[in-house]
Amino acid sequence: MIKRALVFALFLASTAAFGSEINEAAQAADPVAEKRLQGLSEELRCLVCQNQTIADSNAELAVDLRREIRGMIKDGKSDKEIVDFMVVRYGDFVLYRPPVKGITLLLWGGPIALLLIGLYALLRYLRQRAGRLADDQPLTADEARRAAALLKEIDQK
Amino acid sequence: MNRYFWILGGFAALVVLLAIGLNLNPRDVPSPLVGKPAPAFSLNVLAKPDTTLGPKDMQGKVWLLNVWASWCISCRQEHPVLVNFSKSSKVPLVGLNYKEVRGDGEFDMGKISAADEKKLAFERAEKWLATHGDPYTLTVMDLDGRVGIDYGVYGVPETYVIDKAGIIRMKHTGPITPDVLSGKILPLIAELDK
Repeated sequence: MIKRALVFALFLASTAAFGSEINEAAQAADPVAEKRLQGLSEELRCLVCQNQTIADSNAELAVDLRREIRGMIKDGKSDKEIVDFMVVRYGDFVLYRPPVKGITLLLWGGPIALLLIGLYALLRYLRQRAGRLADDQPLTADEARRAAALLKEIDQK
Repeated sequence: MNRYFWILGGFAALVVLLAIGLNLNPRDVPSPLVGKPAPAFSLNVLAKPDTTLGPKDMQGKVWLLNVWASWCISCRQEHPVLVNFSKSSKVPLVGLNYKEVRGDGEFDMGKISAADEKKLAFERAEKWLATHGDPYTLTVMDLDGRVGIDYGVYGVPETYVIDKAGIIRMKHTGPITPDVLSGKILPLIAELDK
């Protein structure tokens, strides 16, 4: 039963993949251009399903944008021109690696800042601990006598 | 005491951060087009298919561009707001019908010719406006969604407020609610239309 369901699921998955292949296979005649398209669309976010790249997504907008990129590659546009085309329309958000500038400073600097704060806290703690350990003075003669008396008491019990 | 203060403080900061982060709308992506000239287009007008319209024709007026399609469910939600708006508003509301036929998953686009697509799109758009009311001064037809790409459309409905010089002053993604209309759009129009 489970086996049959699995086979069926696999069948569904394969037909789904096949379907999207047919749609775009016709346009995929030029392997070099196709490779560039793949590289470019892996850098670009699909705004409809925001955690997927344009390369992964089968949302309509992603299909449209791949078509658009294909057209631009055909027209001999450079990678930078194509990426700029996207940024002008959809903003830095389409880039999976946004440029470092004022508004993205927290994004890029945040993890480093957190790391520095953590290091500072750790250093402070270690220093305090070292200070506490250094405070341990040897026992005075009186204290040593009391400790010996106590130990002796325990031994006798 | 001091130690607890730090732990509690850190925890509170985390809670505040998460509360803010989780309340943000991830769909609300700021448009880089705000402050830039509205991208040019020349598209067929729904009511008069042999004429075209573009942002140039609207120069000198404050106007709204609303992206819609008959297959778009959230458009139905905002539609009454637009119909109400059009009754009292003095500024033109231009509809941009986005991928009327090919945006609707119903059709196998390999089997529909360009001429058929156009005919079908106009019919469907007209029928929808006849059923739900037509708030638009006029509607232009973006059959293949190219103009939509130029405007950075990624989810219908979207609405743009464009000033007299043809600069986009605001973009709203998603359905317009009465609050958005009275709180944001109307004050902006009043300011721009001075």
